[in-house]
Amino acid sequence: MMRVAVIRFPGSNCDADTLRAARNAGADAYYVWHRDRHLQRADAVLLPGGFAFGDYLRAGAIARFSPVMAAVQAHAEAGGPVLGICNGFQVLCEAGLLPGALMRNARLTFASLPVRVRVETDDTPFTAAFERGATFMVPVAHGEGRYVAPPEVLRQLEAEDQVVLRYVGENPNGSVNDIAGVTNTERNVVGIMPHPERAADPLVGESAGAKVFESMIRRARVPLGGTR
Amino acid sequence: MTVTHAEPFPGDPPVTDELVREHNLNQEEYARIRAMLGRIPTFAELGIFSALWSEHCSYKHSRPILKRFPTHGPRVLQGPGENAGVLRLGEGWAVAFKIESHNHPSAVEPYQGAATGVGGIVRDVFTMGARPIALLNSLRFGPLSDARNRYLFAGVVRGVGNYGNCVGIPTVGGEVDFAPGYSGNPLVNAMCVGLLREDDLIRSAASGVGNILMAVGSRTGRDGIHGASFASEELTQESEARRPQVQVGDPFTEKLLLEASLELIASGHIVAIQDMGAAGLTSSSAEMAARGGVGVEIDVALVPTREAGMTPYEILLSESQERMLVVARKDRVGQVREIARKWELDATPIGRVTDDGMYRVRHGSRTVVEIPGEPLVEDCPVYEPAALEDPAVVALRSARPAQLPPDLADAWRTLLDSPSIASKRWVYEQYDSTVQASTVLGPGGDAGVVAVPGTPLGLAFSTDCNSRYVRLDPFEGGKAAVAEAARNVACTGARPIGITNCLNFGSPERPEVFFQFREACRGIAEACRVLETPVTGGNVSFYNESPTGAVDPTPVIGMVGLIEDARLAVGAHFRATGDSIVVLGATAGHLGASSYWAVVLDTVAGAPPPVDLAGERRLIDFLVAAAEQSLLQSAHDLSDGGLAVGLAEACIGGPYADGPRGAKIDLRRMQNGMSAEAVFCGEDHGRVVISVSPKKRERLLELAGQSGVPAVVVGDVGEKLAKLEVVFADRTVRAGSAELRDIYYSAIPRRMDLTLAQDAAD
Repeated sequence: MMRVAVIRFPGSNCDADTLRAARNAGADAYYVWHRDRHLQRADAVLLPGGFAFGDYLRAGAIARFSPVMAAVQAHAEAGGPVLGICNGFQVLCEAGLLPGALMRNARLTFASLPVRVRVETDDTPFTAAFERGATFMVPVAHGEGRYVAPPEVLRQLEAEDQVVLRYVGENPNGSVNDIAGVTNTERNVVGIMPHPERAADPLVGESAGAKVFESMIRRARVPLGGTR
Repeated sequence: MTVTHAEPFPGDPPVTDELVREHNLNQEEYARIRAMLGRIPTFAELGIFSALWSEHCSYKHSRPILKRFPTHGPRVLQGPGENAGVLRLGEGWAVAFKIESHNHPSAVEPYQGAATGVGGIVRDVFTMGARPIALLNSLRFGPLSDARNRYLFAGVVRGVGNYGNCVGIPTVGGEVDFAPGYSGNPLVNAMCVGLLREDDLIRSAASGVGNILMAVGSRTGRDGIHGASFASEELTQESEARRPQVQVGDPFTEKLLLEASLELIASGHIVAIQDMGAAGLTSSSAEMAARGGVGVEIDVALVPTREAGMTPYEILLSESQERMLVVARKDRVGQVREIARKWELDATPIGRVTDDGMYRVRHGSRTVVEIPGEPLVEDCPVYEPAALEDPAVVALRSARPAQLPPDLADAWRTLLDSPSIASKRWVYEQYDSTVQASTVLGPGGDAGVVAVPGTPLGLAFSTDCNSRYVRLDPFEGGKAAVAEAARNVACTGARPIGITNCLNFGSPERPEVFFQFREACRGIAEACRVLETPVTGGNVSFYNESPTGAVDPTPVIGMVGLIEDARLAVGAHFRATGDSIVVLGATAGHLGASSYWAVVLDTVAGAPPPVDLAGERRLIDFLVAAAEQSLLQSAHDLSDGGLAVGLAEACIGGPYADGPRGAKIDLRRMQNGMSAEAVFCGEDHGRVVISVSPKKRERLLELAGQSGVPAVVVGDVGEKLAKLEVVFADRTVRAGSAELRDIYYSAIPRRMDLTLAQDAAD
């Protein structure tokens, strides 16, 4: 069974939801506390949403110094899959594992609403179960979700198929190029602002988000580490 | 008479009559204190009495009235008197919930006032051993045409949102209302709901002589001293100077405290836990001791403080946020510390449980407070002031608008553009409504619904109060608030099982206000009895007065309902072309106290519609049965604005639906000699508009007949983006669904953009 570490910072608040979605997809998911230095033989790492340290300075700015982040870095450098959702995406950007940054929403207020996103690439460990170009509804809930990057980085992201998700129709935060998620050049680290774990059960209205976690499981069946 | 012993702390002022007055204690109360102690109190003792005998803590004007609420029932595990009420759900699960006001702080510092209101109610719920699963809030402001009201509205919404969002609790419902009566004194009521296993229920009674009192969480600072007393006086021009008495919230610490508290409760290392909320360490420790029938002794020199040199008086009365008082088993102090440390919090022993029943506070070796514990909490004088209805209200009840009715199609648009009726999307998009991944129905419908993880159950919640009704007839208005809340919950298919209430009124020392309070409570009690929804607790907020007078009387009802199968929850909006539209309940065209008169004709007058509680009960039973049998496509309560608003809302749909729907409606059969205005805009209670697929229609009508619920088929759901057409005996009114949708969703943003435009100009 695939072992999935869900990293818990003190202010994580989507940890339980993310753990549940990973387990429902068939993963052996477990928590790893931010002070721990080991991922307990994780095949994949999930950084859930929340307010890791209250986000008082800047979302994710303090979390990157947590002891666990060295292990996450090593896991990523070895080619292991890492997904950051919302605050987790912010942490990955602050830690330099993903390009770009997440700024305050253009409208300056917290934005909580369902949005439609398009899967721009199926070539990541977290989107492999989708058809390229498929769209689905998924909630966003963030105050700092406006993706920005320097022009040359943006050009590369677009040219190298590194945009993972894009808002269709309403862009809730003013992200450049409507970007809702990106991957690194090695394609094993992914960050997304929407919350697929909140759209993984027909009871809550949407279930396509479950495919993010199913993708991760499917990818586990091929050898890990430098999958591309 | 026992004479107790305490000595003044060096530097404390002598206790004089003037100082006593400044502490909001009257001569009778002060005499009682001296008799209880057998001497003049110390300054620290005076502060303690001032806090515990404030209206906010003692309920001295409301207690006799509150005793008349029905508080028992087969589901009640914990009624009023604890941090939160608890109801049994079945299969070992229980729900803890409570609503509380934070009106005064929000009037002077909207962001922090509202944020700390959310923080306090969340702590009240998790100190019962429950994990918070939903928040709601009931907010009231003056009209948005005034810049100050826009500032308060925006600040409160941001404060509510940022706190709940950070702690990770979905806000799934609530209400926002605007009326001139709230200018200068907004109402901010927050409700929290938590889920627990019955076995994990913990109460706040201290017990076990020798057990150790420990302060957990934030350090104690000089903020919020006398917040409870501040909340017990009227707002004046000088209230602005009270800004330093408003506490500052830290939701990140709250999240840690939540996790640490739940772990402490589950561990069995503690016997009791309570939030240091209003009146801080004083009220938490005195109430825990009184509930357990034991004494406590605290050494305030051991309390971790933010600054050096804090006096016993300051430490006892500080309302610094995110602090808990726990009673640890005497041999488990180390374990409690360890759990707190894991969540990056301090846990410090500050006192112990004693066997002499005294409430004793030391500072090192000096005893600064010694008060008999039970009398301190129980012997506050209780008042039942004079109650007399304001003759002006009696006159208003028989008044009616002088104007001729305007064009009905225009009136329809005016109603949908009224901020009290229009969509609150501007508000709820600032609240995380989907965290915890269990939200079945979010904000924007009749009631929020969340699934109970690991079970088939769902819980539905609603907050309601039509203060116009209460103002014009407090008894009927009180009944109506309960009935509407129950109806909202039942529209989703949930059976209403209990309420919490937040009773917001002006000064109880004025006979016309106390009349409103007494009668509204009588109405609430009667409705709760008939609907079998016991009162499990709540909060009274008096002295909601600004220089312009008392607020509109606003007893807010927070209702909880239970759905046996969350998958069967019913939404408020029409779903499919060709479905039949049915109005349940009797339409009598009652326009008194209506939104139509208030919003369109600018006249707040008339008698509110009477509530037929037996009829409400039948309607609720029917809705629950129909939902269980999957007969309903949608169900939406008819309240403010009657059919005009209810039908439009069901057609307009949610903000993310891909198109509003049209409808063809014929009200001639229902009209029965009434004017078009009366049938379209009347606000008769006990009514719901539902839609049903044609193949289930006959079964549904049959069930309605068996249930004794009037049901009239009034039309069909139309195509997306089609027109709404309503046929009356003397005319036909039409409107484009897209146009109504735009009016409904832009009413509040359009008014708030004024603020942005003004800020830009500044």
